[in-house]
Amino acid sequence: MYSQGLIGADGRTEEDEAFLAAFQARIDAEEKIEPKDAMPEGYRKTLVRQIGQHAHSEIVGMLPEGNWITRAPSLRRKAALLAKVQDEGGHGLYLYSAAETLGVTREQMTEELLSGKAKYSSIFNYPTLTWADIGTIGWLVDGAAIMNQIPLCRCSYGPYARAMIRVCKEESFHQRQGYEIVMTLARGTEAQKAMAQDALNRWWWPSIMMFGPHDAESAHSEQSMAWKIKRFSNDALRQKFIDATVPQAEFLGLKVPDPDMAWDESLNDGKGGYRHGPIDWDEFWRVVKGGGVMNRDRIKARRKAWDEGAWVREAAQAHAEKRAARRAGEDAGGKVAAE
Amino acid sequence: MSDAIVTALLELADDHLVLGHRLSEWCGHAPMLEEDLALPSMGLDLIGAARVLYTRAGEIEGKGRGEDDFAYLRDERAYRNCLLVERPNGDFAQTMLRQLYFAAFMEPYWKAALGSSDAVVQGLAAKALKEVAYHIRHSAEWVIRLGDGTAESAARMAEAVVELHGYTDELFLSSEAAQAAEAAGILPGRAALRTAWEAALKPVFAEAQLDWPEKVWPQSGGRKGEHGEALGHMLAEMQVIARAHPGAVW
Repeated sequence: MYSQGLIGADGRTEEDEAFLAAFQARIDAEEKIEPKDAMPEGYRKTLVRQIGQHAHSEIVGMLPEGNWITRAPSLRRKAALLAKVQDEGGHGLYLYSAAETLGVTREQMTEELLSGKAKYSSIFNYPTLTWADIGTIGWLVDGAAIMNQIPLCRCSYGPYARAMIRVCKEESFHQRQGYEIVMTLARGTEAQKAMAQDALNRWWWPSIMMFGPHDAESAHSEQSMAWKIKRFSNDALRQKFIDATVPQAEFLGLKVPDPDMAWDESLNDGKGGYRHGPIDWDEFWRVVKGGGVMNRDRIKARRKAWDEGAWVREAAQAHAEKRAARRAGEDAGGKVAAE
Repeated sequence: MSDAIVTALLELADDHLVLGHRLSEWCGHAPMLEEDLALPSMGLDLIGAARVLYTRAGEIEGKGRGEDDFAYLRDERAYRNCLLVERPNGDFAQTMLRQLYFAAFMEPYWKAALGSSDAVVQGLAAKALKEVAYHIRHSAEWVIRLGDGTAESAARMAEAVVELHGYTDELFLSSEAAQAAEAAGILPGRAALRTAWEAALKPVFAEAQLDWPEKVWPQSGGRKGEHGEALGHMLAEMQVIARAHPGAVW
């Protein structure tokens, strides 16, 4: 799952006009850019950062949901959640691989995550406090992620676009699964209904913040749109998500925690849509910059897994080297014997 | 008679659920991303087998209990898993060795269960055999890498053997209930599987440069509900939501 508009992307680039124009012509012709193709440095950097952030979001995103694997209230839910969190890890793996085609290594990207240099979706800096959070994350957070990611299946960079096709199929399954969890709660006991409403209250605003700042404040969108890395603006995607989600909440008998939420005929070019109340951008930036409840814990958990696993990775490397040396010794020995 | 069959199926189901749960505890915290995927995969296989066995036990019992009643509403004294599977994860060496010990036992067990007189057990055996072959390969490769890796990994692997070997004896003991299920042709005998288990493990130990322990203090008691202290904590965590909302549907 993922993600808000790219944070801190620097689309600056220093190639000559003719090169940039030729590249833009390929983009405009909807040609896919492949790893060995010439590309502006700004394009490469933007993608490395975006795909890296996306991969990190998947990996850090395993933690809030993983928090409930051992407490899932039925075996069916336990198996489904375990499989879901495993899917997120799989998405991280393809995305790191897609980024590696641009000349960075997974180790470099991991270092950047652990040092705090690389960002990840700030939604994961909120805690999962009840079982209902698991359903609500699937419904809202994966739902928002899908809105962001479906257009990425047509991203100009081939490896990223292809990775996104599979990711989106799985995310769409997760979203339906999450909604089904919330539906079961909404139709359950009073305590379960209250749990579902409480989770919606806590996850609604962070979810709509996932689309990133308003278009007017989104500094780096324009170049990404021109390069067809990004195809829709933050606000357009946010509106699409809200229009899809508000009726789903109504169907469940749950209330979206926005007193200003109202149908507005003028939205969506006169087709109408739900107008939302003001978003608390101070909170958004506070969490993005590290001040969320869980920011420190998330990175600490990743660093702990990485540090405590170091001896395992070193052993695997040492063993592989020993094997290779033995094989080389056997080959040499064989040759000597043959001579 | 049917009480004994139910108990015997629960013993086997509990082994799978408890070990599956232990593996699930690694998800998101493994030494590398590939293991964040592999450990839950094995956990899912084991939890899947447990679900089949609980459901079958409930059918034979005929009192309307289903998989979640068995998993979530029994206390540790009623759990019948062997002690090996409830051992805390420890480090990655211990997790992998515990997996290898169990999988190398289950492989000949499921092979023998292909001839079960119970169609559900027979069907599960055919599916589980494919899964357990992967579990053996995966865990044996790690035992070898760690045993024959760095000085630190070799020391940790040797420590894992000391920590866990004493719990393996219980795999080969059949409770009275299991003996009844064996006599009825539903489940295979356990004692006879030791030769196959040792034959699978000893070459792995040799390649991993690990000594096969000759003297161990065998531990048992799980089949009587006499567990170590770790299981109660595991169940407290696992069962908390289900127990806090009696009768709720999830």
